[in-house]
Amino acid sequence: MANISSPSVADPHEEPSLMARAFKEAFFAGLVSLGLFCLFVGVETYQNINNELVWRMRWGLLAVFVGVAAVGRFLNVAFIRPALDKRKLAKAKSGILDVSEDKGFFHRHFLKIALIALLIYPPVSVMLRGVQGSLLLVDNFGIQILIYVMLAWGLNIVVGLAGLLDLGYVAFYAVGAYSYALLSTHFGLSFWVLLPLAGIFAALWGIILGFPVLRLRGDYLAIVTLAFGEIIRLVLINWTEVTKGTFGISGIAKASIFGIWSFDVGSPSNFAKAFGLPMSSAYYKIFLFYVILLLCMLTAYVTIRLRRMPIGRAWEALREDEIACRSLGINTVTTKLTAFATGAMFGGFAGSFFAARQGFVSPESFVFIESAVILAIVVLGGMGSLTGIAIAAVVMVGGTELLREMNFLKVVFGPEFTPELYRMLIFGLAMVVVMLFKPRGFVGSRAPSAFLHKAKNVSGSFTKEGHG
Amino acid sequence: MSPLLHVKNVETYYGNIRALGGVDVMVEPGEIVCMIGANGAGKSTLMMTICGSPQARTGSVIFDGQDITRMPTHEIARLRIAQSPEGRRIFPRMTVYENLQMGASLDNLKYFNEDIEKIFTLFPRLKERQSQRGGTLSGGEQQMLSIGRALMARPKLLLLDEPSLGLAPLIVKGIFAAIKKLNEEEGLTVFLVEQNAFAALKLSHRGYVMVNGQVTMSGGGRELLANPEVRAAYLEGGHH
Ligand SMILES: Nc1ncnc2c1ncn2[C@@H]1O[C@H](COP(=O)(O)OP(=O)(O)OP(=O)(O)O)[C@@H](O)[C@H]1O
Ligand SMILES: [Mg+2]
Repeated sequence: MANISSPSVADPHEEPSLMARAFKEAFFAGLVSLGLFCLFVGVETYQNINNELVWRMRWGLLAVFVGVAAVGRFLNVAFIRPALDKRKLAKAKSGILDVSEDKGFFHRHFLKIALIALLIYPPVSVMLRGVQGSLLLVDNFGIQILIYVMLAWGLNIVVGLAGLLDLGYVAFYAVGAYSYALLSTHFGLSFWVLLPLAGIFAALWGIILGFPVLRLRGDYLAIVTLAFGEIIRLVLINWTEVTKGTFGISGIAKASIFGIWSFDVGSPSNFAKAFGLPMSSAYYKIFLFYVILLLCMLTAYVTIRLRRMPIGRAWEALREDEIACRSLGINTVTTKLTAFATGAMFGGFAGSFFAARQGFVSPESFVFIESAVILAIVVLGGMGSLTGIAIAAVVMVGGTELLREMNFLKVVFGPEFTPELYRMLIFGLAMVVVMLFKPRGFVGSRAPSAFLHKAKNVSGSFTKEGHG
Repeated sequence: MSPLLHVKNVETYYGNIRALGGVDVMVEPGEIVCMIGANGAGKSTLMMTICGSPQARTGSVIFDGQDITRMPTHEIARLRIAQSPEGRRIFPRMTVYENLQMGASLDNLKYFNEDIEKIFTLFPRLKERQSQRGGTLSGGEQQMLSIGRALMARPKLLLLDEPSLGLAPLIVKGIFAAIKKLNEEEGLTVFLVEQNAFAALKLSHRGYVMVNGQVTMSGGGRELLANPEVRAAYLEGGHH
């Protein structure tokens, strides 16, 4: 240990063996990735002039993949891991625990800082990139990530708090989106009327799903909710008179600033015209950014409040032990139904927001993989921790969006490399990595919601459930 | 005086298997009554039948003059029947303090502050551990928490399923002393199931013996202790 931590006075017997080990492991990593990627990446199918499907080997790209794996492994074994060990050792020696109470300024004021950063995010993007250029930052990153934050926080009520594994959450997102799309195109109702309505409809569907699955738990519940999500999607596809099937509904009205200013180009009260600004779709996106930020904050506020109220308590108790709950006088039926309904309601809000943002909805947006991604964010975030889930959403959604922009990857992988095709690969990889290093998610310990006196740091910090 | 709890000729089934075959039990207000019996005799089943899960197929359970046989479990609990069930069933990820709060959810925490002080004087160990997660407590501490949580509901009848299970003799003594104290000072009615027949019969006013889902013997606690049959089956043989 000691000689690793001080390479300058390294023991001559220790150093080469570390290097040798690193080389060996790098070789095996390369070999494994060669086996893995040989078919996935190495073989490409395409159509030739005669319209026949033929294949060719992409030796170069394959070599790059294998090379990245081998070099990465080498760096990890030879340098990164010793450095981490060294840091841990130093920490242990100096007696500072990871969980000490006196956190840094940033840590203590994390929420305030995050909120302020989010509030000034759109103006800063405009300053940096200009009005038109800010679209990418505000829409693709800001709004996209916040939608997932909201969805994940909504699902967190069902999965993280009440412990009901729901694989069909995207169904409520769809209900919200189609409620807005249909009611606004047919009845001309405004966004601000339809937002709560969409939430209520989704909550109703939450209860409708809740009833038949009341007796189910764990894997059985997961399968039924999965089926529910698919049923909703199939209804959307096949009920063509109402939903227009796979064509989807387009031309959905935009949200307005409380009916005062609108973002329709032809409208006399157009926002840009009213303020004498040049026409741009960026204003609408900036407005939407603040709307979804508000919705997210509403979700967080409600979740935090509910957790301290009897119903939130009951959800958490239900997750831990259903029989004990009943014997304490808790009606587990209503408790489960309210969890489904509340979670679904936030999904519905997010859905109607989604429809207003896109101006177009189709069943394609509500496939199973969306449910899976939202659930993955909840799990990675640490099941129940709002901060952890927000971090997970930023990492996973932001990361995959970032991938689209990473044109420099073409330098490494060759000019034909399209990074977004590897989205899911990276997503999966990131998940494996997080689960390896943080098996309980980013924020893995449940924060108690009640104290008698201010929690004593010792008992609090040493009793995190152990793992491994 | 009418009994607080009257179990009348109750039969309980798990599917087609009969676990209780016509059980009669009576608990008067202010009494400590215990049920002893071998593994698998049906003691826990009786406890759970009183709480309505599973429900009795025939016979009836009367509590405080009210027929509760067909009531759902949470409504039975609201009549102030509190239970420390088999396996303790505390909430492992919640703190000790939160577990106790859950116990007081019937009254919406109205008497919480005064009651928790009482629990903490009864089990000082819980006070020391109040911000620790339930799942990380020792077995004995979990048992204290399970009983404490049940008491937070201000029960008229306290059901305890093997409070001494897996505990050191000294801790068992402490827990039994606490039960006795609650009974003497506050008139709490207790019905408990025990493997530790000696300690349980010494503590109880009356006792029942259950064999294969049927009550075979009953009588005063000391009386049963002196009974040669009971001694042979539960005291001298497989001593716990
Ligand atoms: N859920 C169940 N499904 C089927 N059979 C059950 C179930 N629970 C208990 N039994 C059976 O009912 C009988 C009585 O079980 P019970 O748990 O009441 O025994 P007990 O007297 O509490 O035993 P112990 O002292 O070991 O706790 C046993 O034969 C048991 O196998
Ligand atoms: Mg038992």
